[in-house]
Amino acid sequence: MVELDEILQEFPGEQKDLIHILHRVQTKFGYIPAEAVVEISRRLKMSPNEIFGVLTFYKAFSLQPRGEHLVTVCLGTACHVRGGVQIVEEMERKLGIVAGATTPDRKFTLETVNCLGCCAIGPVVVVDGRYHSHVNLKKVASILEEAGGSD
Amino acid sequence: MTMKRITQPAELGEWKSHLLRQRPAYDKTIIVSSGTCGQASGSLQIIAALEEELGQRNLRDAVGLKITGCHGFCELEPNIVISPEGIFYKKLTPADIPRIIEETILKNKIIPSFIYEDPKTGRRFTLQKDIPFYQKQLRLLTENNFRIDPTRIEDYILADGYQALAKVLFDMTADEVIAEISASGLRGRGGAGFPTGKKWQICREAPSNPKYIVCNADEGDPGAYMDRSLLEGNPHSIIEGMIIGAYAIGASEGYIYVRTEYPLAVKHVSLALDQARACGLLGKNILGSEFHFDIHIVEGAGAFVSGEETSLMASIEGRRAFPRQRPPFPAQEGLWGKPTNINNVETWANVPLIINRGAAWYSQIGTAGSKGTKIFSLVGKINNTGLVEVPMGIRLREIIYDVGGGIKDGKKFKAVQTGGPSGGCIPAEKLDLPIDYDTLTKAGSIMGSGGMIVMDEDTCMVDVARYFLHFTQEESCGKCVPCRVGTRQMHDILTRITQGQGQEKDLLQLEELAMTVKRASLCGLGQTAPNPVLTTLRYFRQEYEAHIKEKSCPALVCKDLILYYIEPEKCVGCLLCKKGCPVEAISGERKKVHVIDQSLCIKCGACLEICPPKVRAVSKYTGKKREKILRLHAGEKV
Repeated sequence: MVELDEILQEFPGEQKDLIHILHRVQTKFGYIPAEAVVEISRRLKMSPNEIFGVLTFYKAFSLQPRGEHLVTVCLGTACHVRGGVQIVEEMERKLGIVAGATTPDRKFTLETVNCLGCCAIGPVVVVDGRYHSHVNLKKVASILEEAGGSD
Repeated sequence: MTMKRITQPAELGEWKSHLLRQRPAYDKTIIVSSGTCGQASGSLQIIAALEEELGQRNLRDAVGLKITGCHGFCELEPNIVISPEGIFYKKLTPADIPRIIEETILKNKIIPSFIYEDPKTGRRFTLQKDIPFYQKQLRLLTENNFRIDPTRIEDYILADGYQALAKVLFDMTADEVIAEISASGLRGRGGAGFPTGKKWQICREAPSNPKYIVCNADEGDPGAYMDRSLLEGNPHSIIEGMIIGAYAIGASEGYIYVRTEYPLAVKHVSLALDQARACGLLGKNILGSEFHFDIHIVEGAGAFVSGEETSLMASIEGRRAFPRQRPPFPAQEGLWGKPTNINNVETWANVPLIINRGAAWYSQIGTAGSKGTKIFSLVGKINNTGLVEVPMGIRLREIIYDVGGGIKDGKKFKAVQTGGPSGGCIPAEKLDLPIDYDTLTKAGSIMGSGGMIVMDEDTCMVDVARYFLHFTQEESCGKCVPCRVGTRQMHDILTRITQGQGQEKDLLQLEELAMTVKRASLCGLGQTAPNPVLTTLRYFRQEYEAHIKEKSCPALVCKDLILYYIEPEKCVGCLLCKKGCPVEAISGERKKVHVIDQSLCIKCGACLEICPPKVRAVSKYTGKKREKILRLHAGEKV
């Protein structure tokens, strides 16, 4: 994995680099491939077990490839009291998957987040980094269409 | 003169004078609020439209365009301020821009439809400073968000940036700095409210070396985003505060731990660090002094517990964010076992202010035990949602009704939730509470990082308690038993109650569990997790009892206890709800009354949302009325 080597070369190889490296790998590949864990463990002189322990602790890292489009629904308190749960449920119905899963055609991954800090304009949905504010049940379909139609 | 390395303090002032002389003399400047909320609401499209329009009309040299962080009035994004007058235009679309340039910029004419109208009084306000939302605020930390382009260190220099640092490095000893911060009465803005000066003193006196300082920017409390706004809108103020702190404590290395959910904050802070380094404000011999210090940025990875200080340090070290027993406190044994001082973003941002204007001035603001201002995020069912900075000691009523403009849609205020998952719900009878660390604690809640989620009559307090316990139970790291198991048990009981399966003994058991988790948990997450339950039980017990005894949810929220019903006398038979129902539970023909099949209904609320406001035929019912409808429904089917 040349790309992984390039990432690893940038770091001095101490344990404190681990989370930085995992972020970079996650961004590069869209997930943390198991082979990468072995490479990282060699570089940082940590056991693969320890690395799995760290990466499964944090929500930002995933061992499964994510879909082409990442849909994140905010479930912070402000979004919750404005109906964020109904938005997740509508997304689940429209995509035919539960939150946390990826559609079988690998087009969409649906995730929830505890708070994006845009509490004034909730409920908030982020698709591939693009924020949608004041989302209601009616907007769900168009948000998904816009994302799916962009490729 | 672009960025240059400053090698003596006098150059800072020279740089500022130079920038002032070089500053283009614009007739007008358009300031666009473009924090994350602004961008989510379309500020980037507004900026593009402005650039295009100004370019086409050859006005780029006459009219300034400034992109800043969040202006606080998030409800009205995207918004702009036109200086020098300070005209405030709200909720704009790119199509509005040509008109603004044509009329306001070129002809000095105000466009009435873009200015703010107070929903309570109907009064209109042309200028930003006159709007009631801003009037009662004391914006010491957030005011610069109107002036500063956070990607330009020059803007911070023009706002007298890094002057406090120069003063500290050349005119004050470390002890004097600590004495000044102590005298100001500044307390930690992260929630617990520990006196900042004392914290620094302990760390300074710790015998071991090297020492570290950390900025806790892992703003995980759902509903709180003031730190994001400071990080995005004025990153240098935090960096300056940290350098001053490092000098006082004797630290040579610092870390800013930002949550990964804040990409724009990460971007702006990283850029600001690079600029500060290039200008000789970080690194070796800062401003030509003998003091060396640098800051690294660490991105969190989506674990709420990382906000707890011992967990945060574990995360910086590249481990799981597990908390550990205190003592030893981080000031004694922190990062890699060395003395470490951790303060929150807002605390650091207060430091340059105190040094610049003096502890005597600062300590006049606030109450006896809580000094200065506090930024709150006012969100939920309130008219003016946004970030507000107010002096400590202001009454809750003033924040909610004067600054916040009261409850949305004329509904009744029910409670305000402060302090995130660690805090509690404060009821209407406490509206005259002066807000500071101590009064909030007495009311059973906490200041926390400053989230204020306003709830109206349509919010179910049992559901809110369940929501928070779901949150803490998911985020519990699992290291200690009381938190891992206790939050789970409490969540299970609360879920049962919201499903109408509650028993009378549940409330007693909830209270017992809550006290155990509070007393026996290892870290702040567990110790405070029961607060949402305890405060709702204290102030809204009758709502729990309604769920348990009458199987009714008075706020019409808990799905298992409500139903949706189409009022036959109101329904006009327009087919909209029938088409909008995702599970085809609605039957009926055009111009005939529609009926919801209760056995199919999933209670998503689509019919209620879709039914035209003029018709309003869909209602929600709970308790006896619900049972009656269900009986009728069953009868009809037979």
